[in-house]
Amino acid sequence: MPNLAHGSIVRSTIASGRVTLIDSTAAEKAPGVIAVLTYRNAPKLAYRERHGMTDPSLGERLHVLQDDRVNHQGHPIALVIADTLEQAGYAATLVRVTYAPDAGATDIGKVALILPTQDQTDQGSTLPSDTQRGDPERALASAEVKTDQTYVIPRENHNPIEMHATIAAWDGDRLTLWDKSQWVDGVADEIAAVFGIAAGNVRVVSPFVGGAFGSGLRAWSHVTLAALGARVAGRPVKVMLSRREMYYGTGYRPHTIQRVVLGASRDGRLAAIIHNAYHETSGYEEYTEALLNATRFLHSCSNVYTRDRLARLNVHTPTWMRAPGEASGVFALECAMDELAVALSLDPIELRLRNEPEQDEFKKLPFSSRSTRECYRVAAERFGWSRRGPEPRSMRDGRLLIGWGMATATYPTNFAPASAMARLLPDGTAEVASATSDIGPGTWTSMTQVAADALGLPIERVKFTLGDTRLPATPPQGGSMTVASVGSAVQAACRKVREDALARGGANDLAEAMRRIGQPIEAAVDSKPGDASQRFSMHAFGAVFAEVAVDPDLGQTRVRRIVGAYGAGRIINPKTSRSQCIGGMIGGIGMALMEHSVVDVRNGRVANGNLAEYAVPVHADAPPVMDVTFVDENDPHVNPLGVKGLGEIAIVGVASAIANAIFHATGKRIRELPITPDKLL
Amino acid sequence: MHPFTLERPLDLAAALAFRAQAGRTDAPVEYIAGGTDMVQLLQEDVRRPDRLVSLAGLLDDRIDFGPQGLRLGAAATMANVAASTTVIEQFPVISEALLASASPQVRNQATMGGNLLQRTRCPYFRDVGYAACNKRAPGSGCAAIGGENRWNAVLGTSDNCIAANASDLAVALVALDASVDVRGPGGQRTVRLADFHRLPGDTPNIETVLEPGEVIAAITIPASPMARRSHYLKVRDRASFEFALVSAAVALDMNGPRIREARIALGGVGTKPWRVPQVEAALAGANLDPATLRRAAALATDGAQGRGGNDFKIELMQRAIVRGVETAGARA
Repeated sequence: MPNLAHGSIVRSTIASGRVTLIDSTAAEKAPGVIAVLTYRNAPKLAYRERHGMTDPSLGERLHVLQDDRVNHQGHPIALVIADTLEQAGYAATLVRVTYAPDAGATDIGKVALILPTQDQTDQGSTLPSDTQRGDPERALASAEVKTDQTYVIPRENHNPIEMHATIAAWDGDRLTLWDKSQWVDGVADEIAAVFGIAAGNVRVVSPFVGGAFGSGLRAWSHVTLAALGARVAGRPVKVMLSRREMYYGTGYRPHTIQRVVLGASRDGRLAAIIHNAYHETSGYEEYTEALLNATRFLHSCSNVYTRDRLARLNVHTPTWMRAPGEASGVFALECAMDELAVALSLDPIELRLRNEPEQDEFKKLPFSSRSTRECYRVAAERFGWSRRGPEPRSMRDGRLLIGWGMATATYPTNFAPASAMARLLPDGTAEVASATSDIGPGTWTSMTQVAADALGLPIERVKFTLGDTRLPATPPQGGSMTVASVGSAVQAACRKVREDALARGGANDLAEAMRRIGQPIEAAVDSKPGDASQRFSMHAFGAVFAEVAVDPDLGQTRVRRIVGAYGAGRIINPKTSRSQCIGGMIGGIGMALMEHSVVDVRNGRVANGNLAEYAVPVHADAPPVMDVTFVDENDPHVNPLGVKGLGEIAIVGVASAIANAIFHATGKRIRELPITPDKLL
Repeated sequence: MHPFTLERPLDLAAALAFRAQAGRTDAPVEYIAGGTDMVQLLQEDVRRPDRLVSLAGLLDDRIDFGPQGLRLGAAATMANVAASTTVIEQFPVISEALLASASPQVRNQATMGGNLLQRTRCPYFRDVGYAACNKRAPGSGCAAIGGENRWNAVLGTSDNCIAANASDLAVALVALDASVDVRGPGGQRTVRLADFHRLPGDTPNIETVLEPGEVIAAITIPASPMARRSHYLKVRDRASFEFALVSAAVALDMNGPRIREARIALGGVGTKPWRVPQVEAALAGANLDPATLRRAAALATDGAQGRGGNDFKIELMQRAIVRGVETAGARA
């Protein structure tokens, strides 16, 4: 890109207070510096009200360089624009900021919990913060066997290998953003609202993303800063977050504290479930996620109470991170189920089979399909579960303790409106396009497959283009709904253009028809879900089994095997689907054994904001055996393609299976993640 | 990153002269060899030299073994030393310590000398967003005390600093009574590695006995009956590419089933690599039964002070010693 300048962000080192002085004289004089923007000299931005699908519906997004408030550690205070990346980064270190800090709230243990006013799940359906069916308190009082425990998951960061970065370039009042995004249309809408311009004036390009896991679902403040910098500098500006900045500049999976109470009869029938949770949110937005949704339908129980509360802190707003809500909530639920199984002296699979629901007991709707029984059966068989001795510390390998644990997995099937375009060319090839991104699940491949299949063309003759707001609009690449939503649109557009071509060309063979037509023809489709979600409760389900080896003296845990079986409807591409599942298994190992954004509660700063001190699994941590099976499942209700989505169910239940396996190995029940060696000494 | 000039002197004398010009504090001139730690420090603005003096090609990278023992040139890479047949056979604890460090890519580039001089992983040292770090800014305080200190030391600490030394290699070398050949503008000297790293005391910013301008030229490890039967044990949160929670380097001279003499040093727990002579003395003449080993290992905790997040290290270090001795003792 010619004439590209670079922006580097100066971020606060206090969590709450005001900026009293910004001395940028040295920065401005540094080599290559074009401008230093602060709230004192930055243009005022419109910040038109907008709450996009992926934004918390309550609160107001962070405004940058508009006032002297500091809301959280890492709050952008200044933007330095310079000719090179190094010059911008160096000059940023020369900006001297003086603060008037105030006490702020940085300790989740010390704030009053509030009732969330937002009552939206991540996919737009409305659920209240407190739900109840039956009389859980009374049922619990008379239950023969109970378990009542609290489970804690610390804050986790997405840590994709690719940092967030944006290049912004203005051409008059038209803005182009080369961005890292899971939703280019959302970025265009958001930046248009921030700048008070028409969304049609903003083009966003982001076809391939180096991992995101949800961190690219919102347009973060650096996107605004890049555009602002480009406007002021009169040149394209690139802003890239450093690894440390990723811990402040994008969201994270919030720290959750969950109390799960289960009551059951001696024969293992659930009498009562109480699931109370709270988690952190920022002071300026109420972030909530589907933490308690699965508890309401996963296992059969007439008396269920769930409650969600928030702790407002001087932190930046959390965001969706792979299976947001379900990953955390199901962890607590499935560990509690394991504790109940132990209290009942019942096999954990048997406990679940005895509480298999016939329908969604919360929504009072039938499941569109649910293959949990088959998943337990298949995974247990492939795992060799029948050889498990139920007593903890009963299985060994030399001096290592071996443990086997399992958990149920679920994730909703979402289907959002999406659009696609298909164009047939006279040479018999096709171009198919939509604005979706590919954050790693192989969307580009699977969409090309869906298109080729629907067109009846060999895959080499189909070219799929993606990740550009100039292409037909799509929902965010999140909620595991891309194949379902975009795929349905792609399928419909391809079928339509094929029909048109055959009709107009008067031939049975598409290549012949196009040869006769002699010019391109195209079809565009806006695909929308029907009313299936009013008539059915639609989820993917699965079962995850894990084997661990624990060194009883040193406390180190290694996962040796993970076996998963999933009922996820139609599997478009077995290879990419398997990859999603083993990726989720590895993510689950991280969640269970090592991931932890360590927040210093004295000041709200992340102590381990880098990939040396924040541990994600490396190759040596991956188990030699990761076995994935997709059970046969045909679901005609979920969407025209019959797919349910896998990207997120892949991580759900893995951490519980591992935690349950560790209990089986050692007799020690660790309820606070990550289960590091010090917790097992 | 502070802009710097990369100097590429053609001989060692020229390199030493650059550095000697700068005073001990503030250090506007720094050396760079493999750069695997220095570049992190530069990127995070922890070090801000005006000049970076490259030692590439100026130091010895040979691995020599003779009757006196092992000599490792300061420029020898971690990968080459770890893969050396001599090291694997005669000084296995060194090879194991190296293979337990970093990653293959880092080991291809990182050097012996640089490894001994790597800075602490204490997160408060590495994050310039924290004002209070006596190691970075003398007199500013220590944010790790009273903070998130799971990564920090329990031995050799002071009220000014609890940063743990991060080198696995140094632990193995200290156990084997290694020495460091130092070269400076004024000449050469040899320092016992056990004396090379300093306790933080009141000056945590001064980590070694190197004078301005001095570099490590070579490391020598004496031949000994212990070195052949030696082992490095590292306990950490994941299987690879991570620093130690606790580690132990163990070298044993055995007489049948009994230990004649032991050499033991600990990592992850000390502000410098931590030799435990009291444990060694208790193991002299001992056999390998677990109770005996446990009793001896308990002596390692003398003077240990947990700071809240790292209290577990006091227990874990004892278990690491026991396991390390058992493993080394079982070797042929």
